[in-house]
Amino acid sequence: MRSRGVFARSMLVLGLVFLYVPIASMMVFSFNNSRLVTVWDAAHSPTLKWYQALLGNEQILGAAFLSIRIALISATAAVVLGTLAGMALARFGPFRGRLLLAGMTTAPIVMPEVITGLSLLLLFVALGQLIGWPRGAGAVTITLAHITFCMAYVSVVVQSRLAGFDESLEEAAMDLGARPLTVFGRITLPLILPAVASGWLLAFTLSWDDLVITQFVAGPGSSTLPMVIFSKVRFGVTPDINALATIMVLIVASGIALSTVWMRHRERRRERDLQLAAAANL
Amino acid sequence: MALLTQASGRRLVAGIPLLWLLLLFLIPFLIVFRISFSEVRLAIPPYTPLISWHHGTPSLELHTSAYSFLFTDPLYVSSYLYSLKVAAVSTLCCLLIGYPMAYAIAHARAATRSVLLMLVVLPFWTSFLLRVYAWIGLLKNNGVINNVLLYLGVIHQPLALLQTDFAVYIGIVYSYLPFMILPLYTNLEKHDPTLLEAAADLGARPLRAFLAVTLPQSAAGILAGSLLVFIPAVGEYVIPTLLGRTDQLMIGRVLSDEFFENRDWPVASAVAIVVLLLLVVPIILFQRLERRELEAGK
Repeated sequence: MRSRGVFARSMLVLGLVFLYVPIASMMVFSFNNSRLVTVWDAAHSPTLKWYQALLGNEQILGAAFLSIRIALISATAAVVLGTLAGMALARFGPFRGRLLLAGMTTAPIVMPEVITGLSLLLLFVALGQLIGWPRGAGAVTITLAHITFCMAYVSVVVQSRLAGFDESLEEAAMDLGARPLTVFGRITLPLILPAVASGWLLAFTLSWDDLVITQFVAGPGSSTLPMVIFSKVRFGVTPDINALATIMVLIVASGIALSTVWMRHRERRRERDLQLAAAANL
Repeated sequence: MALLTQASGRRLVAGIPLLWLLLLFLIPFLIVFRISFSEVRLAIPPYTPLISWHHGTPSLELHTSAYSFLFTDPLYVSSYLYSLKVAAVSTLCCLLIGYPMAYAIAHARAATRSVLLMLVVLPFWTSFLLRVYAWIGLLKNNGVINNVLLYLGVIHQPLALLQTDFAVYIGIVYSYLPFMILPLYTNLEKHDPTLLEAAADLGARPLRAFLAVTLPQSAAGILAGSLLVFIPAVGEYVIPTLLGRTDQLMIGRVLSDEFFENRDWPVASAVAIVVLLLLVVPIILFQRLERRELEAGK
């Protein structure tokens, strides 16, 4: 028992080192003075010059702004659609089209991105010829594509949260005469709110990060941040991208830390409420 | 009346996402399927129509030239085989690294467990593209790994690490490891510790107890994690493009080049359809597992 525990634990430590060394190395070299990226110039480092270069780079800033706009819209729409799908799959029992809906919400998660990207572009081309919309590719087609693959993730997250609660609360509210919309607003939504929130964050991240599907549906005019990064790093390492990576890691890490604290707070309050309710019943 | 509105409300709740996915997920695949049976031509759109009109009578035009092209040019066959090999090796490495990690997390104290899980998931939230890019800096000829090894005197010539199969394995394992660990952890966490105690009481050594009790019980987790890594890895585009060989392309890159560089939509579509055919069994398996997992909570 002990020897196996030691093996697994050392693998865990090594695995975590493996996961974090590349990120740490990017962060360290973002303060390096040398253009040679991976050769540390001890005499003139640390320096913030790559951060300054980044802030002056209008192409990157513009692309980042476009990516944020697309991610905000996509995540919000994906949360609405994904929550509807998750509700239907977790609560409605058998209905016509259930198997189809279940299949179409899990398939995009594993589907190779090149195939999803190709198929969506061909759809937009066909629609453009058939009804004249969308006219050319751009932010609109990117957003539609992102909503589609993000909603699949949201629906899985919401569905698994709903599966953890039984329907008795909702049924009790119905028995007491609450309308379906009231039940949703007062009972179901507060229950699944953590899943909806993490679904939104997940969707935002996936949209913000996507390269392959976006490249297919983007068209010539609009470049998202991952597209700009990809075209820069395809031909080698550039130091300002290290600075960009450092900023993104710091934002994500603080975001995760904040949401963890918030979730824990909610969870603790819920437990306290449950205890109070149990005490009141005694 | 209430029943009526409830029924139509339900229809709306299920109908809206169903309609969206039909239009933006299912129909696009049918379009790919249909274009894979046409021929390339210089026009807009750059493929032959499905139905052509000769003297007022419609005739169905089905071309299989895109498919026969795939099987006559050795480039495609070798790309498919190479992609399957890369995905299989990477999945195996993910499993060998991820299983002990998931095991250690599942056996950690409850308080440490959530911190460890967060540490595993955190890289996933930072940009995938930038994490792959980080490996260029580590693996290059004058990159961090070579510099460290030269400094330590382990090697005297820089190793060619970038643009190799090894670099692609590293990239895929690195990017997909959380997808292997999470389902394994979910599975291992549910195991009943008394079973292992019973095995120990009956005289089984730890390794034997692990092989006879823990491993078979975690089969569903192993399968789910492996499919989550294997299926997307077959079509991987970014990792082999940034880290991989230039003389042997993976099929995702071939598809993209076929579409963007050669502008051959029928062949690109046929490449996609054959990838789907190769993956149809794993995808169906994954869906069944996923559905069982999602409905197990009830």
